[in-house]
Amino acid sequence: MTHSVWEAPETGELPLSLTVNGVQRHLTLPVQASLLDTLRERLHLTGTKKGCDHGQCGACTVLVDGQTHLSCLTLALSCEGREVRTVESLAGEGGALHPMQAAFIEHDAFQCGYCTPGQLMSAVACVETGHAGSEGEIREFMSGNLCRCAAYPQIVAAVRSVAGGQGEQP
Amino acid sequence: MRPFAYRRVEDVAGAVGQPGEGHRFLAGGTTLIDLMRLDVERPAVVTDITRVPLAEITEHEGGVRIGALASMTQVAEHGLIAERYPALREALLASASQQLRNMASMGGNVMQRTRCPYFRDVAFPSCNKRDPGSGCGARAGHHRKQAILGTSGACIAEHASDASVALVAYDAVLTLQGPGGEREVPLREFNLLPGDTPQVEHDLREGELITALTLPAPIARSGVYLKIRDRQSYEFALSSAAVVLRVEGGIIGAARVALGGVGTVPWRSPEAEAALTGQPATLETFQTAARAALAGAEPLEENAFKVPLTERVIVRALMQAAGVDA
Ligand SMILES: Cc1cc2nc3c(=O)[nH]c(=O)nc-3n(C[C@H](O)[C@H](O)[C@H](O)COP(=O)(O)OP(=O)(O)OC[C@H]3O[C@@H](n4cnc5c(N)ncnc54)[C@H](O)[C@@H]3O)c2cc1C
Ligand code: FES
Ligand code: FES
Repeated sequence: MTHSVWEAPETGELPLSLTVNGVQRHLTLPVQASLLDTLRERLHLTGTKKGCDHGQCGACTVLVDGQTHLSCLTLALSCEGREVRTVESLAGEGGALHPMQAAFIEHDAFQCGYCTPGQLMSAVACVETGHAGSEGEIREFMSGNLCRCAAYPQIVAAVRSVAGGQGEQP
Repeated sequence: MRPFAYRRVEDVAGAVGQPGEGHRFLAGGTTLIDLMRLDVERPAVVTDITRVPLAEITEHEGGVRIGALASMTQVAEHGLIAERYPALREALLASASQQLRNMASMGGNVMQRTRCPYFRDVAFPSCNKRDPGSGCGARAGHHRKQAILGTSGACIAEHASDASVALVAYDAVLTLQGPGGEREVPLREFNLLPGDTPQVEHDLREGELITALTLPAPIARSGVYLKIRDRQSYEFALSSAAVVLRVEGGIIGAARVALGGVGTVPWRSPEAEAALTGQPATLETFQTAARAALAGAEPLEENAFKVPLTERVIVRALMQAAGVDA
């Protein structure tokens, strides 16, 4: 049986290539770097927030190959060849807001805003993956995103408004 | 986090055969990275298996075979699981959060470590699981969430996996690939009771990788997973039950009962199953079975509430599975 094993040197920095918001990035990183720290400290994409750094709050939510992941519990090196999308990818040309961003403003879906980048990434995925069929379904899909300001009802309203037809049932 | 040597492998052959001590696999990373950041896990070598092609879910002799790297989301959303193993689907959907379910693998899920705070926080000096011989901080300290079944003087840490509860109810068997070959171990035997060696949690030998979880054809398709927790979502179980019942003409022909949030391992209850089999599917039978399941419980002061709570959880789950009204 043939197999491939890539053994990184024991110390020092290691190479990583991945796509972030449509741009190919080639980096060298400490072995223990998280995807969250890599986005914030190396790529200066500070939209993604660090709340707990332990998978318990959702502030660090990004999309990896189209699915919501917690970037704090993601080892950066495991993202070799993956496609990552952060909150910075949502707004279009000239800063035109994504419909979900516009809906968050329209529905007053934040107060301090710290959880908002993570909420937006989960909200976009919730609608894109067809999990916005009812308020209960939205609440479950979004339960991994805590909001200390308790904007939950407004967040659900924003997601429902974007889901449109999907969100008609009670 | 401490640095470590990082290996990325593309297939099973590359993954097996690493020395047991000081080595960990990286699948979803949701247990491992968390515990490494807490300095509880300190592997010298980490083998990244995220690319190993073991995520397939396939029909297998009337049952199903789930690749160890299938994500919790993938399994929960699979048609075969919804059709044949509804309690597993419900247990998965009631676990963690969407983000964590997208990341976490089934192999990692059965291997997840306890959430006992005395284990997770290295500031506590006593934890026999983390530091054998140091004592059990939870026994003498706070233990509202810890186990009441399968405990020992050395450890009362609860097993935290929801999916494993449904998996033991469905008689799941693990396929383990080691350097010397393959073997199969029922999940029920794979998880080891703490006894005097709570640091030894699994029947996983040096160099072995879990490659698949196989579920035989279920005894019935009416499975239920009922989970009670401090908040409605994104929270571990205080008490849960996975039940599967085959009822013919009002009589229970076969039963599977497993409990979560209360055992040091995913807790199958042969006592409850014996009390159900051959009996009429009535509230009274269910209450008798629930009492039988908890007869051996050894609660402490703060978690004594789990005894009546779990009895009610079992009764309600059985009523749902049998379609019986209160
Ligand atoms: C905030 C939070 C909330 C959670 N809530 C719940 C909940 O409500 N219910 C629940 O059940 N779980 C819950 N979890 C736990 C979660 O389900 C587990 O962390 C997850 O399933 C572990 O899988 P993983 O692939 O991420 O494992 P990893 O972290 O990658 O690995 C964990 C361990 O398993 C070993 N391992 C992984 N794959 C294999 C393999 N194929 N063969 C042999 N060994 C292997 C690794 O060496 C490592 O030691 C929660 C976790 C967090 C962080
Ligand atoms: S920072 Fe990742 S979940 Fe809190
Ligand atoms: S808006 Fe403040 S935490 Fe959500």
